[in-house]
Amino acid sequence: MTDETVTEPLGPVTTLATPIRLDFEFTPGVAQSRFLRGLEQGKFMGQRCPKCGKVYVPSRGSCPTDGVPTTEDVELANVGTVTTYCVVNVPFAGQSIEIPYICAQVLLDGANLSFMGLIQEIPTDEIRMGMRVEAVWVEREELKPSLASVRYFRPSGEPDADYETFKEYL
Amino acid sequence: MSAGGGRTVRPVAVASFAQSQNVRRDDEHNEVEMLMPVVAEVFGNIGITKDDVDFICSGSTDYLIGGPFSFVTALDAVGVWPPRAESHVEMDGAWALYEAWVLLQEGEIDAALVYAFGRSSPGNLNEILSLQLDPYYLAPLWPDPVSLAALQARALIDAGKGSEADFAAIASRSRRDAMSNPKAQVAKDIPPATLLEEDYVVAPLRRHALPPITDGAAAIVLAAGDKAGLWSKSPVWITGLDHRMETHSLGARDLTSSPSTTRAAEVAGVADGPVDVAEIHAPFAHQEIIVKQALGLDDTVTVNPSGGPLAANPLMSAGLIRIGEAAASISSGRAKRAVAHATSGPCLQQNLVCVLEGE
Amino acid sequence: MPESEALHASHRLEYPYSRSVGPVIGAFLTGLREGRLLGVRGAGGSVIVPPTEYDPTTGGDTGEMVEVGPGGVVESWAWVSHPLPKHPLPSPFAWALIRLDGADTALLHAVDSGGPDQLASGDRVTVRFRPAAERIGAMADIESFVPQGGAPR
Repeated sequence: MTDETVTEPLGPVTTLATPIRLDFEFTPGVAQSRFLRGLEQGKFMGQRCPKCGKVYVPSRGSCPTDGVPTTEDVELANVGTVTTYCVVNVPFAGQSIEIPYICAQVLLDGANLSFMGLIQEIPTDEIRMGMRVEAVWVEREELKPSLASVRYFRPSGEPDADYETFKEYL
Repeated sequence: MSAGGGRTVRPVAVASFAQSQNVRRDDEHNEVEMLMPVVAEVFGNIGITKDDVDFICSGSTDYLIGGPFSFVTALDAVGVWPPRAESHVEMDGAWALYEAWVLLQEGEIDAALVYAFGRSSPGNLNEILSLQLDPYYLAPLWPDPVSLAALQARALIDAGKGSEADFAAIASRSRRDAMSNPKAQVAKDIPPATLLEEDYVVAPLRRHALPPITDGAAAIVLAAGDKAGLWSKSPVWITGLDHRMETHSLGARDLTSSPSTTRAAEVAGVADGPVDVAEIHAPFAHQEIIVKQALGLDDTVTVNPSGGPLAANPLMSAGLIRIGEAAASISSGRAKRAVAHATSGPCLQQNLVCVLEGE
Repeated sequence: MPESEALHASHRLEYPYSRSVGPVIGAFLTGLREGRLLGVRGAGGSVIVPPTEYDPTTGGDTGEMVEVGPGGVVESWAWVSHPLPKHPLPSPFAWALIRLDGADTALLHAVDSGGPDQLASGDRVTVRFRPAAERIGAMADIESFVPQGGAPR
């Protein structure tokens, strides 16, 4: 390879760049806004279905089972159970966390829906289903209406949860 | 019946219809929150629940809000556990209704919920709708929907099939009629002469000839035979339904006619009897002239008593609403037989025709 | 919490798509880069511009490429007095469906006519390419069409 510039005849056109950029003004809606505002205050807010009693966090405003509005706000615990997990070893574009890391489904105490969380402060080979974890938040002045307010989850030190208590949420 | 549309073999009725308030901007609710009251109303009208329908089909496009899989999360508005038979089309809800109707014709199901939703306010419609065009020759130029409609309007004027005064008369009548439609977004009584004083947006289209930008949702329950009679005191029967499409190459079409509408109307049997009311999905005023002619309707037919899409044009729902409004014309006694039309794509590229009759 | 307190955020969707164009569209785009306009012969002998792999009327295969233009006739047009940011020209222009000489279908592009009173359906226009060094094999290689002769009406 040299630095010389060689002018070659251009071949036929085989590809066309068609970049797309669109701007939106997004709203998460009323129910999800309550969840996000909860995060801004350092707490997890869910909503309960008036029909089946299940608590969703976050709630999109309806019970996905019954199709009725979820209107009762419920504050959830800062601790929960790892229902399942994976260890990420593969780098990808936009990755902001050093690999390997643990990605887990966390079922907060009092909730009937798990959500995805990052698990830290534990070697990746020690993670297990049923592990009890607690949320670690950013500094109070850095709290925002965003999941970025939760830095990660870490082991809470409690004994593991019994499989029977979370098998419905896998 | 398996090869697409046509005359009804198994009687199927529009058993219930509901739509949201049509507004310029609903920036408070997500899709689920927007749909829930509409779904509750469409079931509540006839005293049924989600467990009474055995198929759900929806029409929407994620491009409008830029949120992937919003059509999946929208199902939370219905409640789909235990798992339900469900389908979705990236088309106006009228095409979702078509899919449900085909399953009803085939006897696969006895009742279906059809819904559609679209929020146009979060994004830039001119840019978003450019992206439905040919990605090699058209989309790179970003021709907006108003510009393409204006090319069609000019061709119509040049062909002697319509005038700017005609467009203004259609817009004036539509928005005056919308004054009796509580769900309408634009309802006012302005004479055509006043409208003709407006500036052009893209000549030869002035502001009044354009549809409003609308956020809204709609739903219909379809039911077959006895079930329709059980649920509804005055079921409105779909006697024919068909849809056809034309090439996406705008320059290969005669933009002043709509052969796909004509063909769909023939297959659906529009000419089999007198038509009292036509709900025409013509988002731009001049398109009403083209569709009305393609459907073979004369001036005895009442067109868009609801105000039509010039009074409210919720993308992805406006076609489904035409079927609902046509059915409402029959239930209210205004019409014995009605035609509903839905369109999709630029310059009336794809068209659906539905013929409805009372008992 | 009152309902008016739903949150809002701006959100940008961006994809760097690159498309394979295939032999027919590829030939047209290559022609643009070379400063030529090409159509394709359809099943019934008609010439389709811009060319497609299939005849839009019959669905049949298309055949040989045929040079068309550079002039043509305006079939319909629409005047844009306030161009949008992504439009091909920054100053007022006309969209037009242009049937190029030798073609049986019309091509959509911009006409830089100077004003809405400078254009009518049936008018002749001719292509204005970007300079050769700026052409990349895309529709934007055509800067616009201009009234033939360039003289005001």
